Amino acid sequence: MTPFTTLTAIAAPLPLANVDTDKIIPARFLKTIKRSGLGTHLFDALRYHADGSEKPEFVLNENKYRSAEILVAGENFGCGSSREHAPWALLDFGIRCVIAPSFADIFHGNCFKNGILPIVLPAEICEQLMADARLGANARITVDLATQTITRPDGTTIRFEVDAFRKHCLLNGLDDIGLTLEHAPAIDAFEARRNAEQKWQPNIRQV
Amino acid sequence: MAKTLFDKIWDAHVVDRMEDGTCVLYIDRHLVHEVTSPQAFEGLRLAGRRVRRTDATIAVADHNVPTEDRSAGITEPESRLQVETLERNVADFGVPYIPVTDARQGIVHIIGPEQGLSLPGMTIVCGDSHTSTHGAMGALAFGIGTSEVEHVLATQTLLQKPAKNMLVQVDGLLPPGCTAKDIILAVIGRIGTAGGNGHVIEYAGEAIRALDMAGRMTVCNMSIEAGARAGLIAPDETTFAYIEGRPYAPHGEAFDQAVAYWRTLPSDAGATYDKTVILNAADITPQVSWGTSPEAVLPITGTVPDPAAEPDDARAAQLRQMLAYMDLKPGQKLAGLPIDVVFIGSCTNARIEDLRAAAAVARNRHVASGVRALIVPGSGLVKAQAEAEGLAQVFLDAGFEWREAGCSMCLGMNPDKLTAGQRCASTSNRNFEGRQGPGGRTHLLSPAMAAAAAVTGALTDVRELL
Repeated sequence: MTPFTTLTAIAAPLPLANVDTDKIIPARFLKTIKRSGLGTHLFDALRYHADGSEKPEFVLNENKYRSAEILVAGENFGCGSSREHAPWALLDFGIRCVIAPSFADIFHGNCFKNGILPIVLPAEICEQLMADARLGANARITVDLATQTITRPDGTTIRFEVDAFRKHCLLNGLDDIGLTLEHAPAIDAFEARRNAEQKWQPNIRQV
Repeated sequence: MAKTLFDKIWDAHVVDRMEDGTCVLYIDRHLVHEVTSPQAFEGLRLAGRRVRRTDATIAVADHNVPTEDRSAGITEPESRLQVETLERNVADFGVPYIPVTDARQGIVHIIGPEQGLSLPGMTIVCGDSHTSTHGAMGALAFGIGTSEVEHVLATQTLLQKPAKNMLVQVDGLLPPGCTAKDIILAVIGRIGTAGGNGHVIEYAGEAIRALDMAGRMTVCNMSIEAGARAGLIAPDETTFAYIEGRPYAPHGEAFDQAVAYWRTLPSDAGATYDKTVILNAADITPQVSWGTSPEAVLPITGTVPDPAAEPDDARAAQLRQMLAYMDLKPGQKLAGLPIDVVFIGSCTNARIEDLRAAAAVARNRHVASGVRALIVPGSGLVKAQAEAEGLAQVFLDAGFEWREAGCSMCLGMNPDKLTAGQRCASTSNRNFEGRQGPGGRTHLLSPAMAAAAAVTGALTDVRELL
């Protein structure tokens, strides 16, 4: 996983609440067996007409936001399915940070696994950042994960909270599986105890 | 200290606890399907890792599979590649697999309980948000992303922090014509799609206790639409009777030992919850969604809301957007709204009990002219049982299409899709824009309500047909 340390980038405003994972990446594009290449279909229905041409009014189709790396969105962003294709599509487009008043749980967790930082801030602060984002390409926002601060285009800073363990993993680009395997002796002991105590637990020997 | 059902299952699965409270949580059952697993197996391959417990893992293809004649295989190349990739992965890693042509094939959340693979007290995961369904068994079951699928395959654990406890208590008994689907739609309408964020919902109360297992699964299934990662119902005699005799369930003495353990699971008297919501079942009426979020739901007797009456500007804009997409006018009555397609299926409502409820309405009636109505059973075994009970014939006589098992038009990854502008009465779980096909319009409702819509050609109060 690519570490997330600091990011100074253009932020795109997406002032919509309850942006669901079908909106981020519709189900018909989930037939890939790869993680890459989904950026083309990010926000497909919002971004393109049925004939495939771009909708000029959609924020990521505006020239100044085509290279946006931060998204400022409304509440409950990422609700719906568990598809990790949603953060993969964001990442493939170039988005490394999403700021919103709240996120759906699974999407929030999936972001961290892919080097994307989801930041939760009160709605009124998100509104200020939304206003910053509307200023366009000259109004870059800086996100510093180590100090947990956002620096607005006017130089003022906003502090955000982040889970300490997830921050550690994101800053260092750590692979969760590698970390968990350090607990392998505890997993072995747990399994041995359960197998002894709950002999009735069924195992799938064959289908 | 008094513990909730969630606390008990959680505590029984903590392998290790880190300083910040993050736990290494043991996973008892891992269900795998073709859409969210290819990249996970690829990750294992690249890192030279194996599947830690193939005997706790089971795979099935459901999202992409065609529900019409399967003798020609899967014709759509990308869908075929995804299913073939699953077949190669399960062979390479030794994971038990139910093939597409097997009589037991079906939607992963239908076959888990059906096969006795989902049991009380277990932790169950799957790369699919509707894993919450299995919570009906009294199991902690939740959806995970593909990175976590890989994590479970490699370690049989997840790194997690405990969720908060939420109690949804439904007192009293449901009125005639109302079902589990109406309960959960009413709950989502009440608490909203973010109402359960960060929580696991335990459903309790007389109306929940009175539900059969199929109804409980319908309720827990849509916990995710209320923002909760998992839904739970305490295991009881109904649960034990459902489990006994199922293929993978413990048998004989082992079953008795299991039941003795399962009886310790229900929340202790005096257990506390971070949030409590109480509904009166007598107030619940047949529900139907009108917008593009599952919280945009009303009684069938209701009228579409007017954005002009909404004081909050952002909310009013959202309402206008939903009305425009759904082609509805403020104040319009839901009853009588003409529909083009009816879909009875999905992990929410494709069990034998759901088909019986739909057949009771369809019997001696006919699908309205111009309406296309699909019945997609949740598994091959549900299909066979419905055929044996004569339900399939009822549907065929009434002009419904009778299909093979799969996810089908719930999300349109196979050829079953809405076309732009079509309006569908659907027993599935999500009415998001484009969910059932680009430009398609979804109204969520119960199987009985869907059958009523099919035979009248419009959204209809099923109570008028009973």
